Amino acid sequence: MSDKTPASPTRDPPWLKWTLIGVALFYVLVVLMAPLLAVFIEALRKGEAAFFAAFQEPAAFSAIQLTLLVTAIAVPLNTVFGLAAAWAITKFDFFGKSFLTTLIDLPLSVSPVISGLVYVLLYSIHGWFGPFFIDRGIEIIFAVPGIVLATTLVTFPYVARELIPLMQQQGTDEEAAAATLGAGPWRTFFLVTLPNVKWALTFGVLLCTARAMGEFGAVSVVSGHIRGLTSTMPLHVEILYNEYNFVAAFAIASLLALFALVTLGVKAVLESRFEAELAAAERT
Amino acid sequence: MPLEIDHIRKTYGKFPALGGVSLRAEDSEFIALLGPSGSGKTTLLRCIAGLEVPDSGSIRFRGESLLAQKVRDRRIGLVFQHYALFRHMTAAQNVAFGLRAKRGKERPNNRQINARVEELIALVQLDGLAGRYPSQLSGGQRQRVALARALAIEPRILLLDEPFGALDAKVRRELRRWLRQLHERTGLTTIFVTHDQEEALELADRVALLKDGALEQVGTPEELYHQPATPFVFEFLGDVVKLPCEIVDGAAVFAGARAKLLGGSLTRAGSGLAYVRPDAFDIVVGESEGLKAVLRDVVSAGASARLDCLFDGGEPIEIRAPHDVALQLKIGDRVTLRPREARVW
Amino acid sequence: MSVTDASASAKRWRFREPSALGGFWPSFSFVVLYLSIIVLIPLAALALRPWELGLEGVWRVVSSERTVAALKLSFGAAAIAASVNAVFGTIVAWALVRYEFPGKRVIDALVDLPFALPTAVAGIALASIYAPNGLIGAAFAPHDIRIAYTPVGVMVALVFIGFPFVVRAVQPVLADLDRDVEEAAATLGASRWRTISQVIWPAIAPAILTGFALAFARAVGEYGSVIFIAGNIPMVSEIAPLLIVIKLEEFDYAGAAAIGLAMLCVSFVMLFLLNGAHALMTRRGAA
Repeated sequence: MSDKTPASPTRDPPWLKWTLIGVALFYVLVVLMAPLLAVFIEALRKGEAAFFAAFQEPAAFSAIQLTLLVTAIAVPLNTVFGLAAAWAITKFDFFGKSFLTTLIDLPLSVSPVISGLVYVLLYSIHGWFGPFFIDRGIEIIFAVPGIVLATTLVTFPYVARELIPLMQQQGTDEEAAAATLGAGPWRTFFLVTLPNVKWALTFGVLLCTARAMGEFGAVSVVSGHIRGLTSTMPLHVEILYNEYNFVAAFAIASLLALFALVTLGVKAVLESRFEAELAAAERT
Repeated sequence: MPLEIDHIRKTYGKFPALGGVSLRAEDSEFIALLGPSGSGKTTLLRCIAGLEVPDSGSIRFRGESLLAQKVRDRRIGLVFQHYALFRHMTAAQNVAFGLRAKRGKERPNNRQINARVEELIALVQLDGLAGRYPSQLSGGQRQRVALARALAIEPRILLLDEPFGALDAKVRRELRRWLRQLHERTGLTTIFVTHDQEEALELADRVALLKDGALEQVGTPEELYHQPATPFVFEFLGDVVKLPCEIVDGAAVFAGARAKLLGGSLTRAGSGLAYVRPDAFDIVVGESEGLKAVLRDVVSAGASARLDCLFDGGEPIEIRAPHDVALQLKIGDRVTLRPREARVW
Repeated sequence: MSVTDASASAKRWRFREPSALGGFWPSFSFVVLYLSIIVLIPLAALALRPWELGLEGVWRVVSSERTVAALKLSFGAAAIAASVNAVFGTIVAWALVRYEFPGKRVIDALVDLPFALPTAVAGIALASIYAPNGLIGAAFAPHDIRIAYTPVGVMVALVFIGFPFVVRAVQPVLADLDRDVEEAAATLGASRWRTISQVIWPAIAPAILTGFALAFARAVGEYGSVIFIAGNIPMVSEIAPLLIVIKLEEFDYAGAAAIGLAMLCVSFVMLFLLNGAHALMTRRGAA
């Protein structure tokens, strides 16, 4: 009889384990880390002074301003939408519920360019409603309202998608209990439902914000790329890049990348908190 | 008449959950809704609370229609099966919720709320645990928080859905006794749902037994146990042995052995199916008048012994006997079984 | 008494099941209104506008050599990229769920980078590293292999943006997979390989397919991360979304809408087929 212990049938042998880890790490390094590092390396290639100079430009400043403005409109709208949609879908049974749920996921499988295109088809001077608004002096396409609309369309599923599965899992017992105790819909919503989903909501809003700030395809179609007027940060990055002003392009890009990293960090923290909370909820 | 439930009907899709149920509850009565799962007992409870809307029928409390009122206006305390405590609130905050939700002049001030919460926490014996979150409490403690929360709104009726369902046997027994005492102290009309017949018989003033969305029998525990209206009631409240018999002169005859016919309503002669409790047999060693069998096994089971027998025809039968009777028997003995009393429908 | 005699089967059809909770109609109407303005009416425009060209005109746009080449590239590169991610994404998910190794948490958090990083940022970064003088591009250049400004570059970008989908689809399934089941298989005398092929694979295969479908759908429509690295040479490395942008810049709205509609139709047919395959797989898994 041999003294060698037989390989555990549910453990992979070490060579396989380390090969798989190696492949995974290599893949992550090449596919994810390389581009991320490239952004910062390229941004700092010509030194700090050149890096900070990129932000001094008025066009850069107005791009940042416009991005913040668009985000500040689109995200609250989509947050209210997400809460309303999650409330209607998870707490009630009604005809066409699954259709509505599918519709909410739709923008995720539609090209951002198409998301921009549809608003051009509606609100440009050759669009269905365009002439109506333009006659009244309201520019939508190649102007800020179009950028807001396109951003809203591309980012609207994120809050709802975070809330719906969680609220479905939590059921309606606590809300029903609140009702038997005499609470009205608002009180129930703010004191019972909202605190139960606060982390998912935070995360959904964060994701929505990240997408809204970084949206490129849809915004590019409706913006008209008017420098200093309808250029958001990602569009400004494109303009600088196409002008071979690489350091400035990557400097603005690094700001966006930094925000993306913060988003991921917060997400990781929230998720570990979530797990503890979900585990506690399951024990209940 | 405080609570009158009249012809309540409720269907889910094609499934009839309640098929026209009527029930009345007196003041301070303690009623158990008993039945197997799927019998509609929880649905009925949720209809009273207002969480389900019946398709037809009426529910009245002291003459006013409850169905016309919103859930929040009914003032009916409901303790959910899984308690449905607000998980992000402490025990005290849970109890205070209903008081804070009151509107206008009815809303007590903070000092009154705190005093009332303290009183309720003491009532359910949770002193010192008021600051804990539901996840930091045991099952029995959560149950009592849920009860205090429901009592806080001074409900007109108290409803409990499987109040002991999720608890282990010892806690369940303690809580049961405590709930009975609490009911005696508060005098609140209480309806609770359970699938455990022992629980229903021990606690309730009256038991309403449901089957497939309809009431089989309503009565005191004694009535249900001693005068079961249907075979279902008899079977639901205990183990049953079913045996064919002849009915002669108002008695059930099993192979020459006469047994008393209970219920008294049955007078027809002929053959029938007798329902006998497994502990209602006389056991005689050897062959005489009665059902002949061979004793295959004796298992000591708690207060009595379980006798595992085989009829001569090859049918197995399980009966119960006191230990002293069982001690005189050996495995392999031929025995004669004589039912003492039987029911025939 | 308010007993109605209607039998249970004659119950009226209801739009909404009655509920004790309030706020359905306000939230529902808001959602429908919002969806109409943001999604439904715009999509209706996309579905209707192309037909201004007439059936023949739509066909001419969609079947033109340039459009066909662009559609082929978009769908082809998306399929290849999603396949690459299906293989490596499964390995990454496996490593993250089954093994402990330094940096695991960081890697796990980084998986979602393509969700969070703006596509234009990814685009210029990828273009800079895969350019002939870039970090990775330089390694291939001496062998006369060019990545940036070729269809391969398009694929590289689509691999990047499709990365999280398979990992995030497979990860929870693998984590949920009971070690018990594997141990049971082992006690029944199954070899490790048999356990993997007959116990683990059937469980995760539908998840891999889901991840593939999501990565594919996302990649087909991707624009921002691709256009910088693609070089955008008509008939060679020009993707369908870019063609839409070009048509728009030429004010050919109906033509742009026609290509958009064609893209959506092909996407939906493929997603429909993938969903069918998924249903088939899970049904077999359940049987």
